[in-house]
Amino acid sequence: MKRILTTLLTPLYAALLSLAAGPAHAALNVLACEPEWAALATELGGDLVKASSATTAQQDPHRIEARPSLIARARNADLVLCTGLELEAGWLPVLLRQSGNAKVAPGQPGFMELGLLVERLDVPARVDRADGDVHAAGNPHIQLDPRNIARLVQPLAARLATLDPANAAQYQARAQDFAARWSAALQRWGQQGAPLKNVAVVEHHKNMAYLLNWLGMRSLGTLEPKPGVEPSAAHLNQLLARLQQQPARMVLYAGYQDAAPSRWLAEHARIPAVELPFTVGGNAQAKDLFSLFDDTLARLLAAAGGGK
Amino acid sequence: MKSPALFAAAWVAAPLATLCASPPALAADEAALQQLRAEVRQMRQDYETRIQALEQRLREAEPRAPTASATTAAAASPAVGDASGWNAAAAPGGSAPASTAAPSSVVAAAPATRGFNPEVSLILGGSYQRLSRNPDQYRLQGFMPGDGEVGPGSRSFNLGESELGLAASVDPYFSGRATLAFDADNHVNVEEAYARTSALPAGLTLQGGRFYSALGYLNSQHKHTWDFADAPLAYQAFLGGQFKQDGAQLRWLAPTDRYTEIALEAGRGNSFPGTGPSGNGLGAWALTAHVGDDLGDSASWRLGASYLHTRARDRAYTELDGVQNSFSGRSRLWAVDGVLKWAPGGNATRTSFKLQGEYFHRLESGELTYDSASAALPLAYRSAQSGWYVQGVYQFLPAWRVGLRYDRLNSGTPRIGSNAGVGPASFAALGRYNPSRSTVMLDYAPTEFSRLRLQVALDRSRPGGNDRQWFLQYIMSLGAHGAHSF
Repeated sequence: MKRILTTLLTPLYAALLSLAAGPAHAALNVLACEPEWAALATELGGDLVKASSATTAQQDPHRIEARPSLIARARNADLVLCTGLELEAGWLPVLLRQSGNAKVAPGQPGFMELGLLVERLDVPARVDRADGDVHAAGNPHIQLDPRNIARLVQPLAARLATLDPANAAQYQARAQDFAARWSAALQRWGQQGAPLKNVAVVEHHKNMAYLLNWLGMRSLGTLEPKPGVEPSAAHLNQLLARLQQQPARMVLYAGYQDAAPSRWLAEHARIPAVELPFTVGGNAQAKDLFSLFDDTLARLLAAAGGGK
Repeated sequence: MKSPALFAAAWVAAPLATLCASPPALAADEAALQQLRAEVRQMRQDYETRIQALEQRLREAEPRAPTASATTAAAASPAVGDASGWNAAAAPGGSAPASTAAPSSVVAAAPATRGFNPEVSLILGGSYQRLSRNPDQYRLQGFMPGDGEVGPGSRSFNLGESELGLAASVDPYFSGRATLAFDADNHVNVEEAYARTSALPAGLTLQGGRFYSALGYLNSQHKHTWDFADAPLAYQAFLGGQFKQDGAQLRWLAPTDRYTEIALEAGRGNSFPGTGPSGNGLGAWALTAHVGDDLGDSASWRLGASYLHTRARDRAYTELDGVQNSFSGRSRLWAVDGVLKWAPGGNATRTSFKLQGEYFHRLESGELTYDSASAALPLAYRSAQSGWYVQGVYQFLPAWRVGLRYDRLNSGTPRIGSNAGVGPASFAALGRYNPSRSTVMLDYAPTEFSRLRLQVALDRSRPGGNDRQWFLQYIMSLGAHGAHSF
């Protein structure tokens, strides 16, 4: 009992101390819902922001929980930066509600959903869960098209400047610098990715749509029978039969997804299964936004080349 | 695009050209005609690309406008008024936005589902139950029965509670939520109906109305999110299932890196174990504190301690021999709760494990009235009782979980005074006993919206043998995507 009391009272005491000390304002505290937005905030804010991500690349952003450590982080955040488009519907509302932080409530400058700022794919013609876990506003996995990242640079820099007006010029300068480097990288990736045009693939979940759209690749289907429904043996067999008629060059899946169905299909269809980093931190190579796309392209090209 | 003048010229020229071409075939200048046609075609293409580009910009602007949350943000801060800004940003990207695989034109589908309407969710539940002992005689021996939900329910098919939930922001300062439960007997219960602040500073949240008390772990969660079909015995014995407050709650989340939350509640306290105040005072108040954190990427925990104080006045119960007795006095309940969740790398897609346990200790003291209807003999009463449960749920495949739970209660021997020949012996239902129960469950959830569960329990909560309980249960969630607490 005594130990429990100590566990409960120590943080309480620390809290009172920190309240007494007053807000020692240093960096802008950014809680990103996904690692790619933490990376973008760091690119644009440098030392001016302290960005962390609620999910890691090994976690499914649909499916984490509003766990206590996240509530504490949302409580102390100046900006909550998310994809939106219902990607975080299973945990973000609870997180924001329990955080008691009015600054990051939806509608406030401290809350930003990036998904609404880009052109969305897969906007459903009807919204019915018989079609699986559909997102009414479109496919939320927007980060794998680098042109989307380019579009988000200005809005995010402007938002950081609103929240921290003293450093507005620095955010602007960093944004311009990043946009220039990104634009150069885009041209390079465009050339590198040219051989991938019209290459047919199979995805685990429809989370690669923006990548495929950017590179002009074609998706022949998903391992999931419906979005959010686990791959079944029956569906995999159907898919395999379809691939006999209309062959694909590779199976794509992200690090957080169960690799078993992809490997099964790859083995039976005699095509490579490619694990993509999907976001920053998805593998040892994808350390930031630039290397994320470098590594993604390298893996796709290796698989496409090997399959010839 | 060429110059506008050329554009206009071609526009006029197009019908002229067709006019010239249609007559018998003057065959005057076939070559010139060909050229005109080609130009018209070119013009049409140019026009189409231009319209597409405009449509696309419209599409990008459109969904932002009607969505309530996004608009307020746009109005509130200059930061979002950046439509031109991001177009400029798109330009250095080099390649124009792909209009090749443009989304279907039904973008309007998204805002139409929201508007100003509250989020609506409906939970459908039901079960088939096979109980080896008569559920009408179910009781927790040694514990004064409450009027809440005690016992496994009835035999055979049961329509569980259908729960309708509505939630929305009221304005920038408040949000509201109501949950109505329709039970199988055609009654509607207001499970929750509260408003809460959304703009208080310093991590404070105030809420008022009817809500589940923050005490313990399971109490504040809706039944359909529980991992077993029924409540732990301790919840049934000490809280009559789940404790609801009709009152107000103030929560404070400390600005620490470790989650630390304290909640103070005050209410009418008119549900078991309380019966409500006699005057203008409070019938119940509660203080809860919770701390929690991560253990690396893979595990997280939360621990809590709670205290609930309620008052009872003529809280009636029926003895085994049919005599109606009642209790008046105060009831003090202490609870300690803990939960640990684990998943490899924090990714619960395939495997996860959840361990939770709670311990309750209750002191009741006051007056026990024997045969309150006629004899009405007052006797001194004092009891110290406790109970706990521990459960583990293991997800071994993407949609499959198996769980194990053990429940135990210690009734102790209540100290009951004597009066006119009536004494402890007249209260057989309160005689010392230690009810226990072991439960196993297996559930299958093909998506996060549906769940089927098989549960088997061996219930030893009353003398006279084991009650073997089989439950086959379904839980379906319709409508708004529910977000659940940790």
